[in-house]
Amino acid sequence: MGSYLPLFLLFVLAAAFALFSALLGPLVGPRRYNRAKLEAYECGIEPSPQPIVGGGRVPVAYYLTAMLFILFDIEMVFLYPFAVSADALGFFGLVEIVLFISTLGFAYAYVWRRGGLDWN
Amino acid sequence: MTRAELLADDPLWLILIKVVVVLLIGPLLTVFMIVWERKAIGRLQQRPGPNRVGPGGYFQSIADAIKLPFKEQIIPATADRKVYFLAPMIAVTPALLAFSVMPIGPQVSIFGEQTVLQLVDLPVGVLVVLACASVGVYGIVLAGWSSGSPYPLLGGLRSAAQVISYEIAMGLSIVGVVLYAQSLSTGDIVEAQQNGWFFYLLPFSFVIYLISMVGETNRAPFDLPEAESELVGGFHTEYSSMKFALFFLAEYTNMIVVSAFATTLFLGGWMAPWPISLIGDNYFNSGWWPILWFFGKMFVLLFCFIWLRATLPRFRYDQFMKIGWKVLVPLNLVWIVLIAGLRAIRGESDVTTGQILTYGGIVILVIIGLSFAFDRGRVIEDDDQVPITGGGYPVPPLDLEIPKAPKRKAVRGRNRRRPAAVGAGTDAEKESNDGDL
Repeated sequence: MGSYLPLFLLFVLAAAFALFSALLGPLVGPRRYNRAKLEAYECGIEPSPQPIVGGGRVPVAYYLTAMLFILFDIEMVFLYPFAVSADALGFFGLVEIVLFISTLGFAYAYVWRRGGLDWN
Repeated sequence: MTRAELLADDPLWLILIKVVVVLLIGPLLTVFMIVWERKAIGRLQQRPGPNRVGPGGYFQSIADAIKLPFKEQIIPATADRKVYFLAPMIAVTPALLAFSVMPIGPQVSIFGEQTVLQLVDLPVGVLVVLACASVGVYGIVLAGWSSGSPYPLLGGLRSAAQVISYEIAMGLSIVGVVLYAQSLSTGDIVEAQQNGWFFYLLPFSFVIYLISMVGETNRAPFDLPEAESELVGGFHTEYSSMKFALFFLAEYTNMIVVSAFATTLFLGGWMAPWPISLIGDNYFNSGWWPILWFFGKMFVLLFCFIWLRATLPRFRYDQFMKIGWKVLVPLNLVWIVLIAGLRAIRGESDVTTGQILTYGGIVILVIIGLSFAFDRGRVIEDDDQVPITGGGYPVPPLDLEIPKAPKRKAVRGRNRRRPAAVGAGTDAEKESNDGDL
């Protein structure tokens, strides 16, 4: 665990730096608020009445992208250990990884045909 | 001693010095990058750029950095205040953290202590950088969501979809490097490039990395999350004062990190470029010289970011996602299988690279020839037409039709025809008659 100590120290310092910067604004900046200033910015027109936080609607295509991301991210993560020990595994590893990629390739082709990758 | 062993017996004071230096690299280079970018884009657009503050205008961003905390901080009344406060910190902390695994130089002596110019050389260094890039997305999404305003919400969502899509392409392009270096440690990857840098051994991975690195950092021409013409300022529309500065810092630090990562993975890290590396007995590859090569290569890549922004217009969102998912990902997978196959064949039997390339080339030529032979007569779909939507949220309908002719004209036309054809004309006929007027 010793080799992770510098990383941890850097994390603490970086977080402290971020916190300090975020608190600096309200400390030294002016505070002259009025109602118009505190409204959500929509190019000067009246803000939309629907509450965005909590009850707002979000286009469903983004959820699909997020799920596909998980699928391919896991594929990516599985490819790393293979890549590290590819020379030691030889032909066996190659056959295994080709099977793995082609299995996911079927899922990928399915998603493509069903229009999961289209943005219109 | 290996790099990891040299780093393991660093005393605490040396670790602290390194931590502070690594922490400062991000902010200091950001301050320089902003003014450099403004000056360079100015020159590319035939204007001088900022030239008032300090020599040649180079103190402009220092003045801006001092100004920002003294600006009023406005939190919209609709915002979720806790998340709104945390989001910029979540964005900036991992960005500053990612530089820790970059190997900046080989073994040197600092105040009599033998060490290497790197904070930590973890066996999973590559994953640390990828993890930092992923966690940074949370800051952007939460900023967009917590602002309580439509533009930031859309900007945040776009940004999330974009960054995660291009992270796959980026991660897959790194697999080739890991395959050649047989290690995930960044220090080992640089040392594996002693006999040849990976950018020409793995040209395809390099190109994909360069494209996805621009997508990953939300920079032009892929700066859709903050498309000014569509979304005002994107996810940080509602942020002001120092919190806005933190997002700016995160964006530029991410640029610096991906450039440094590209240098490490593909451009030989701290090693001197070819003709210089031959001088002396590896003189320019030892001591403190490598810092120059590392940052030199990094600045070349950073200039490419600026150059792209000055040259290319912004992509449309659907085209952009299409490149990521339908081009970069499948090509990447095919390329990985190809190089893994080549390595396995070379390892198992005594086939030379020349033979593999010859036979592989013949096969590829045959495939290309066949694809041309079967391609005739196919109608090419026009992919660049304006997308037509059903008018769903949030995209307004783009297939707006020209309104029909005013009613009065239509009535007059029908009146004129009435004596000749009462009840005889069909609807279609009426339509065509209206058109004639």
